[in-house]
Amino acid sequence: MQKDQVINISRRRFLVGTASVGAGLTLGVYLPGCGRKPETPIEQTTTMEPESTDPSVDLQFNAFVRVSPNNEVTIVIKHLEMGQGTYTGLATIVADEMDASWDQVEVESAPANAQLYKNLFWGAQGTGGSTAIANSFTQMRKAGASAKYMLVSAAAKKWNVAMEEITVDSGVVQHAASNNQATFGELAELAAQETVPEEVFLKDPEDFRLIGTVLPRKDSMDKVYATGVFTQDIQLPDMLTAVVAHPPLFGATVKSFDATKTKAVKGVTDVVQIPNGIAVLAKDFWSAKKGRDALQVEWEESNAFKLSSAEILAQYKETAKQAGAVARADGDAVGTLKTAAKTLTASYEFPYLAHASMEPLNCVVQITQQGCEIWNGCQSQTADQFAVANTLGIKPEQVKINTLYAGGSFGRRANPHQDYVVEAATIAKAINGKAPVKMVWTREDDTRAGYYRPFYYHEIKAGLDKDGNPIAWHHRIVGQSIMTGTANEPGMVKNGVDVSSVEGAENLPYAIPNMYVDLHSPKLPVPVQWWRSVGSTHTAFSTETFIDELAVAAGKDPMGFRRVLLKDQPRHLEVLNLAAEKAGWGSPLGDKRGRGIAVHKSFNTYVAQVAEVTVHDDKSFTVDRVVIAVDSGISINPDIVRAQMEGGMGYGLAAAISSEITLEQGVVQQSNFHDYTVLRINHMPLQVEVHIVKSDQPPTGVGEPGTPVIAPAVANALFQATGQRFYKLPMKLAV
Amino acid sequence: MIKLTINKQPYELDVDSDMPLLWAIRDAIGLTGTKYGCGMALCGSCTVHMDGEAIRSCVTPVSSAQGKDITTIEGLDSSPEKNVAEAVQDAWVKLDVVQCGYCQSGQIMSAIHLLNKNPNPNDEDINNAMSGNICRCNTYVRIRAAIKEAARSLNETVTA
Repeated sequence: MQKDQVINISRRRFLVGTASVGAGLTLGVYLPGCGRKPETPIEQTTTMEPESTDPSVDLQFNAFVRVSPNNEVTIVIKHLEMGQGTYTGLATIVADEMDASWDQVEVESAPANAQLYKNLFWGAQGTGGSTAIANSFTQMRKAGASAKYMLVSAAAKKWNVAMEEITVDSGVVQHAASNNQATFGELAELAAQETVPEEVFLKDPEDFRLIGTVLPRKDSMDKVYATGVFTQDIQLPDMLTAVVAHPPLFGATVKSFDATKTKAVKGVTDVVQIPNGIAVLAKDFWSAKKGRDALQVEWEESNAFKLSSAEILAQYKETAKQAGAVARADGDAVGTLKTAAKTLTASYEFPYLAHASMEPLNCVVQITQQGCEIWNGCQSQTADQFAVANTLGIKPEQVKINTLYAGGSFGRRANPHQDYVVEAATIAKAINGKAPVKMVWTREDDTRAGYYRPFYYHEIKAGLDKDGNPIAWHHRIVGQSIMTGTANEPGMVKNGVDVSSVEGAENLPYAIPNMYVDLHSPKLPVPVQWWRSVGSTHTAFSTETFIDELAVAAGKDPMGFRRVLLKDQPRHLEVLNLAAEKAGWGSPLGDKRGRGIAVHKSFNTYVAQVAEVTVHDDKSFTVDRVVIAVDSGISINPDIVRAQMEGGMGYGLAAAISSEITLEQGVVQQSNFHDYTVLRINHMPLQVEVHIVKSDQPPTGVGEPGTPVIAPAVANALFQATGQRFYKLPMKLAV
Repeated sequence: MIKLTINKQPYELDVDSDMPLLWAIRDAIGLTGTKYGCGMALCGSCTVHMDGEAIRSCVTPVSSAQGKDITTIEGLDSSPEKNVAEAVQDAWVKLDVVQCGYCQSGQIMSAIHLLNKNPNPNDEDINNAMSGNICRCNTYVRIRAAIKEAARSLNETVTA
């Protein structure tokens, strides 16, 4: 029987007003600390039946739940669904507190409205940093609990019984003693008239019935039967498709162009110059692309960036000879290194990386009488609103955003300069808004347009005492800052250190008494931004392969060596031990095979991975098996945690063994999947196992933390198989 | 005029003969389940069936598709592959294969083709048949499992 009745309502704090809705109810949940009188929000909704809020309500509210008389519970999702499972995860949290049946739950993407739908960690609406569940866990629980309260309150009045005697189970409200029961739908109209409670009690986690269980994804049917709508799929009356000729070098501009041949292409309607190139618009994609192919452009390249990757590396190596901005300084690392019994040094190189989502970047913009409407797999609604408003000379609240499924992102759609969204808006403006514009980047545009994971160079020196204990660690990192020059700079760049460049290195968990981490952030015109797991994409590799090297130098087992150094880090230790145990660490492997381990925390989630490899006679290798242990606090949906660990690992494996963007005299050498190679199914390990640590800690993200751990695990496994260490990604075995 | 038969429906399209079939399907006909990913037959997102063979519609000129039976993900219900398609899509749902979902139409079209040719594929068969379909979410572990699950359910149906 259920024991979690809604009880003991205090009127002091939360919940604030009702939203009356013709066909059901919308519940407002007040966010503590935001209790000022709201400006009237621009009402935006992607549904066919817009909800009408009462403008006389005196406090701002936050709408997440609707119930219809036909017994559907619609949960409004404030985060972008880009594959990470947020539609399912956030809905699960609401539905659990509400005691709804999973089958009756529908999800809907929230409109752009920072007041209602901001990321509580940021203050602006947006998705990223593996924060979707972490920032809104309590908020979603309250939304569900208050919805349940109103339904129970309505039932109590209808049946003339005490609320405390009412139970709720799977969308059915029941009073056993009087033999009354009703569905949510049957109570919806009455419940809509209830005052929203100011405070609700949340369940004891022991009473969770949906959280922690494997529920089917809410986006599965849409994607298996291809009925889900991506930006690429938007079709509007009279819509034009725009394809853009971008400069061939970063920093080049249009000197002149001749569109005569372009305009002769059937279907081409407009050719317009925009700040970042020339846009060709046509009635369909193919005509626009043919038009662009026929375009004659002369580029002004005198101020363009013309260095090659090898020259960047040489510069970075030179820079690394100087001291950088200090990210961590425990004890006296430099002094201790001089007196250590044994010292080791290593340097590491990491290439630029493109995100290469399956859906190349695109955006649909329609300039309207009210302002403008956007259809996009939108990852930064608030920032996109401001940037587009600035471009079009309108107010941010006049920018209506329909957030659609994104065909991947891995960070790219949250561009800190709103690059592709602004480009689409600029094109719509350039044709005076005469038609809706779908801007489509080709795969080549997507690969070459920049905003890469930065190129990085690391140097690490460490010292062991005579017993093989590490006593000093000096880690120097050189690479472009992704935060400098963005809205995140004030929060993320402190004393010359971009935290995102050193994360995973400056918080190295190993007990080494003298530790020094410093950073150089050279400025280059190659556009850079975050890429799935951000700083950890490079710091996990250098630290976790170097600690392995130290273990071997100390004559110790890499696993046991880590275990000792992590004795005060229980969550690191637990995933490390779990992965090792499940992988059979220490058990013999055959000839030409190797096993390696790595452990890393990112976004407050702890992941350990054990990789097993086989080296072939032609010096190729196979990653046969990966065992993953993860601690991300409470698992909302363990199957989605597993899926993100599997997929995140695969994404990291591509960068570990295959992908790189290189520059030759400033020109990006890659263009499509034949030369920007990514993981295909034949390189996905045949055995991937995920083990989840049972936890009562608050949930943390799982979208990114699986990614950075695989490269060092594979490198350490290859060392065991071959004796070769790896100082450069992607890894290649010496022939 | 280009004459096409897509999902048993005849179409007459006023498009250039060099337009790839993908864009005829998406932009001219308006069926958007078939996706654009690379334009060079490198990623498989645009996979459709032409006379029962899996092809990359992004490099297939619309002129060469004339007179052929084209099936897209939207037309599986009425195609001769209906039973296999049902088993594959059921397995995809059962195992929650999808993440972002953008490549999955192409994955499913390739998987159906594989099972039509080989009702009991092993890991190597699956890797060989599916390596032309990229998934950047790396759902490959579940794609393998779902293909085996679909094979199992189809074999059960045959046995029963």
